[in-house]
Amino acid sequence: MSSVITDDLAEIKEEVAADAAADRTTKKKLGVFFWVCASFIVIVALLATFASLLPLPNPNLGNYSSVQNGGPSWSHLLGTDDLYRDILSRLIYGARVSLVVGFGGALIGLVLGGVPAMISAYRRGRVDTVLNTTSYVFLAFPAIVAVIAIVSFWGHTLWKITLIIGIFAAPLIFRVVRASTLSYATRDFVLAAKALGASDTRILTREILPNIMPTVVSFGLIAVATIIVLEGSLAFLGLSVQPPTPSWGNMLNEGSSLLTGAKGQTNPWLVIFPATAMFLLLFCLNVVADKLRAYFDVTEIKL
Amino acid sequence: MARYIAKRLVLLIIIIIFVSIATFFLVHLLPGNPATTILGPNSTPQNVATVNKQLGLNKPLWQQYFIWIGHVFQGNLGQSFTTHQTTTSIIAQSFPIDLELIIFSQIIAFAIAFPMAMAAAKRPNRLFDQASNSTTFAMLALPPFVIAPVLVLIFAVHLHVFPGPASYVPITQDFWSNIHTMLLPSIVLALGSIVVYFRLLRNDLISTLQEDFITMARSKGLTDRRIMWRHALRPSSISLLASAGVTIGSLIAGTFIVELLLQMPGLGYQLISSVNQDDYTVVQGITLFVAVAIVLINFIFDFLFTIVDPRIARE
Amino acid sequence: MSGRRLLEVEDLNVTFATSRGDLRAVQGVSLTLDQGKTLGIVGESGSGKTVLSRAIMGLLPRASTTQTGSVRYDGTEILNAPNADLRKLWSTHIAMVFQDPMTSLNPVQRIGHQITEPLRIHLDVSKSEAKETALSLLMQVGIPSPVERYDAYPGQLSGGMRQRVMIAIALACAPRLLMADEPTTGLDVTVQAQILDLLGQLQHDRDMAMILVTHDLGVVATRTDEIIVMYAGNVVERAPTNVLFKSMAMPYTEALLESMPRIANPSHTRLTAIEGRPPDLLHPPTGCPFAPRCPYAQDKCRSEKPPLLEATPGHSYACWFPLTAGDRRPDPEPSQTVTA
Ligand SMILES: Nc1ncnc2c1ncn2[C@@H]1O[C@H](COP(=O)(O)OP(=O)(O)OP(=O)(O)O)[C@@H](O)[C@H]1O
Ligand code: SF4
Ligand SMILES: [Mg+2]
Repeated sequence: MSSVITDDLAEIKEEVAADAAADRTTKKKLGVFFWVCASFIVIVALLATFASLLPLPNPNLGNYSSVQNGGPSWSHLLGTDDLYRDILSRLIYGARVSLVVGFGGALIGLVLGGVPAMISAYRRGRVDTVLNTTSYVFLAFPAIVAVIAIVSFWGHTLWKITLIIGIFAAPLIFRVVRASTLSYATRDFVLAAKALGASDTRILTREILPNIMPTVVSFGLIAVATIIVLEGSLAFLGLSVQPPTPSWGNMLNEGSSLLTGAKGQTNPWLVIFPATAMFLLLFCLNVVADKLRAYFDVTEIKL
Repeated sequence: MARYIAKRLVLLIIIIIFVSIATFFLVHLLPGNPATTILGPNSTPQNVATVNKQLGLNKPLWQQYFIWIGHVFQGNLGQSFTTHQTTTSIIAQSFPIDLELIIFSQIIAFAIAFPMAMAAAKRPNRLFDQASNSTTFAMLALPPFVIAPVLVLIFAVHLHVFPGPASYVPITQDFWSNIHTMLLPSIVLALGSIVVYFRLLRNDLISTLQEDFITMARSKGLTDRRIMWRHALRPSSISLLASAGVTIGSLIAGTFIVELLLQMPGLGYQLISSVNQDDYTVVQGITLFVAVAIVLINFIFDFLFTIVDPRIARE
Repeated sequence: MSGRRLLEVEDLNVTFATSRGDLRAVQGVSLTLDQGKTLGIVGESGSGKTVLSRAIMGLLPRASTTQTGSVRYDGTEILNAPNADLRKLWSTHIAMVFQDPMTSLNPVQRIGHQITEPLRIHLDVSKSEAKETALSLLMQVGIPSPVERYDAYPGQLSGGMRQRVMIAIALACAPRLLMADEPTTGLDVTVQAQILDLLGQLQHDRDMAMILVTHDLGVVATRTDEIIVMYAGNVVERAPTNVLFKSMAMPYTEALLESMPRIANPSHTRLTAIEGRPPDLLHPPTGCPFAPRCPYAQDKCRSEKPPLLEATPGHSYACWFPLTAGDRRPDPEPSQTVTA
C-alpha cells in the first residue's frame, strides 16, 4: 500500500523537477551581468578577509612622512586622509564592518525569524497567530529608530550592532519565510510525505526547505543590502564601530566633515571613494538578488 | 469598515504600549547604576535624587514604569542635564525642521515620481520605461548617507548652487533663505522616495492598465489622460500606501543624516548630540516621540487605505 | 427609419504579434448590420469573437496588433482611425457591454459615477441632470432601489446586478449600435434570460442595432436577424437566422447546435462538447480548419481550405461537403476516438 504512495510521490517529484528543469533550459539564464556582480561581491569579501596578508599600510596609523589629504598617487593609490592614513587600506579594512554586519545580521535574522516562521507556518494554530501578530507589531515602527536608541544606551561594539540589527531584521524575514512556507505546506508532495508518515522535521528540511530556498536566498541578499545600509547610516551618524576602526560609513562621515574645511583641509576623495565602494557593493547585491529571483521565478512577496 | 478601523485601533494601542515599555527599559541597558550613568559628570547628589524621582528607580520595575508613563502623559519627558532644557521644549523646537523636510521632500517626490511612473507605464518596455527603470534600480544602491555627501560636494562646495553646512535659517526668520537651505536636503530625501514610488507605481499601473475595466473606460470615449488619472491611478496606489511603513523609516533615517551633515538643528541632530553628550533622558524622550509619531503615521495610512480602495476594508 | 446601413465590415484581418510568432485571430471577416437589426456572432471559446468585436470598435491595443480591411460606421471608415476620432463615436454612437461583469467595472469608483461619467463628458449635461438620467437608467435595467445602488461600489453588487450596471453605462449616451460581448457569461441561467430579454426590449425601444456575441446558438436563435458562425478566426457560415436553422450547411454549426447547453450543462460553462480542440492559431492547418474534428472530413478538406461562398442569397458557408447537399455528403467516417 505504501508503495503506491511512494510511487505517486516519486512521480509528483519527478514532474515538478522536470517542469522546473524545462523552464530553466528553455529560456532562463543568469547572464553575464549576474556573474560580474557576484564576482565583485566575492572579491570584496576575499580582500576584506585577507586584508592583513595584503601589502597594505596599517589602516589606523598615519604615515606622517606622506601628504595629508593627498589625492591618488603611486604611494597611496586612493590618496590619504586628514590623519595621513592610506584610504585604500582603510577602505579594504572598512569592508569588514559592512560585510560582517550585513551577512552576520542577515544570518541572525534568518535563525531568529526564518526558523520559527517555517515551523509556525507549517503547524499553524495559535502559536502561528501570536507570532504573526508579533511580527506586525515589530514592523510597525522602523528599525533605525530602535537601533539608534539601543546602540546609544548599550554600546557600539561590532557584535552588539550585528546582534541588534539581526534581531530587528527577524520580523521581516519571518514574514517572507512564513508566506513562502505557507504556499508549499499544502502542496501534494508535502501531503503525500505526510501520509507516508514522515516526521515533521523531515518534511520541513527535505520537502519544504529546498523549495523555499530560492526565495530565502534572493530575499536574504536584499536583507543583507538593507542591513548594510542601516549600519552605514548608523556609522555616518557616529553610532557604529568607533574610530579609529574604519568602516565605509564612518569614512563618509569623516570625509563630509572635511568638505567645508579650510583650504588644504578639504578632501573630496574621502567622500568619493567610500561612496563609490558602498554604491558598487549595494548595487551588486541588488543585481544578484534580482537576477536570482527572476531565474527561480520567485514572485515578489507582498508584505 | 468600522470593524476594520476598530481592529486597527486595538493594534495601535498595543503597539504604543509596547513602544513605551521598550523605551522605558532602554535605561536599564546602561551599565551600572542608571542614575549616575545618566548624569555622568553632572551627578551631584541633588541631580541623582531628581533622576531617581523621575524614574522612580528605588521602586519595583512595574511601578517605575507607571510613574514614568504618568509623567509622559503630563507632557513631562524629563530634562537635559547639560542645558537644563526640558526634552519637550527641545522636541518642540526641532520637530518643525523635520516636518518641513519631510513635507517638502515628499512634495518633490510625488511631483516627479507620479508623472514619471505614468509616462513609463503608458508605453511599457519602450525607451523611457527602460531608461527610468534601470536608473531607479541603480539608485536603490544610493542611500542618503552615500548620496548626500556627494551632492553637497558637487552642488554646495564646488558649484555653490546651494548653501553648505551650518547655514540653516529658520522659516520664521526669512522664508526664502529657509527654502534655499532646505532645497538640497529635501532633494536628497526626495531621491530615495522617488525611486520607491516610481517602481511601485509603475508596476502596479502596468498591471492595472491591462484590466478589463480600463478597456471599458476607453470604450466610454474617455481621454487617455482621464483614464490614467481617474481610473488607473487609484487602484494602482495600494502598494504605494502599503509601503508607507517602510518608506517612513528610511525617510526618518534620511532626515537624521542630512541634519547631521548640514548641521540643521532638527530632531536627528538633537538626538545625536544628546547621544554624544550622554544626555540619556533626552535620547529616551526623543526616541519615544519619534517612535510614537511613526506608529501614528502608519495608522493614518492604514485608514487612508480604506478610502482609496474600498475593497480592503471589506476583506 | 429602419433599414439604414449602419455598419459595414469588409475583409477584416487582425494579427497579434506575440513572442511566439504572428497570431491571426481574425481572418477575412465581412459583415453588415442595418439600423435596428441584431446580428449574432457565434463560436466556441477562442474563435475570435471578442477580438472581432473589439477590432470593429477600435479598442484593440495598436502597438501589438495589425488590422487590415475596412470597417465603415455609417459610411465613415473607422478602422485604424485616430483615437481622438474614435472617442467621438464611443458611447454616443457605438457602445459595448463587456464579457465579464466581475472585472469590467472599476472596483474603486461608485456605480453612480461610472454611469454619469460618459454623460457628463459627451453630452454636456449638469451634474443633477446626469444623476437623474443615471437613476432612470438603473431603473430601466431593472435594478431595485436605484437610489441606494447609485452610491454602491461594484463589490457590493451581485454578478447579475453588475451586468445590468454595465448595460446602463453602455446605454447612457443612447448609442445607435450596441456591441454585447457574451453579456451573460458567468451568470446563472434565469438571470441570463432576464438580461437578454432586457437587452432585446431596450433595443426595440430605442431602435438600436446590436451585435450579440455568444457561444450559445440557443441564445441567438430567437433574438437575432442574422447569424455569423466563427471558427478559428474565420467566418464559416453566415445566414439569416431562420434560414440558418432551416438549412444549416456547416458541420461545425451542426456540432455547435448539438452541443447546445442543457440543464445539466448550463451555458456559462465553456463549450467543450465538440470533441477535440480548435487549431493553434499560430500554426493554422492548410486545409479546412475544422477538418481534424469534422466527422465528414475528406482528403480534400485536409489539403484545401474551403472558401466562404454564397450558396443561396444571404446564405454563405465555407465547406466542401455541406450538410444541405444531402446526396453528395459522404458517410461519416467511423467514430473518432477521443484523444486526450
Ligand atoms: N492581446 C492578444 N494578444 C495575443 N493573442 C490574443 C490577444 N487577444 C486574444 N488573443 C487570441 O485570439 C484568439 C481569439 O480570442 P477571443 O478572445 O476573441 O476569443 P472568444 O471567441 O472571444 O472566446 P471566449 O468565448 O472565450 O470569449 C485566442 O486564441 C486568443 O488567445
Ligand atoms: S470542409 Fe470538410 S472538414 Fe471542413 S467542415 Fe466541411 S466537411 Fe468538414
Ligand atoms: Mg470573448
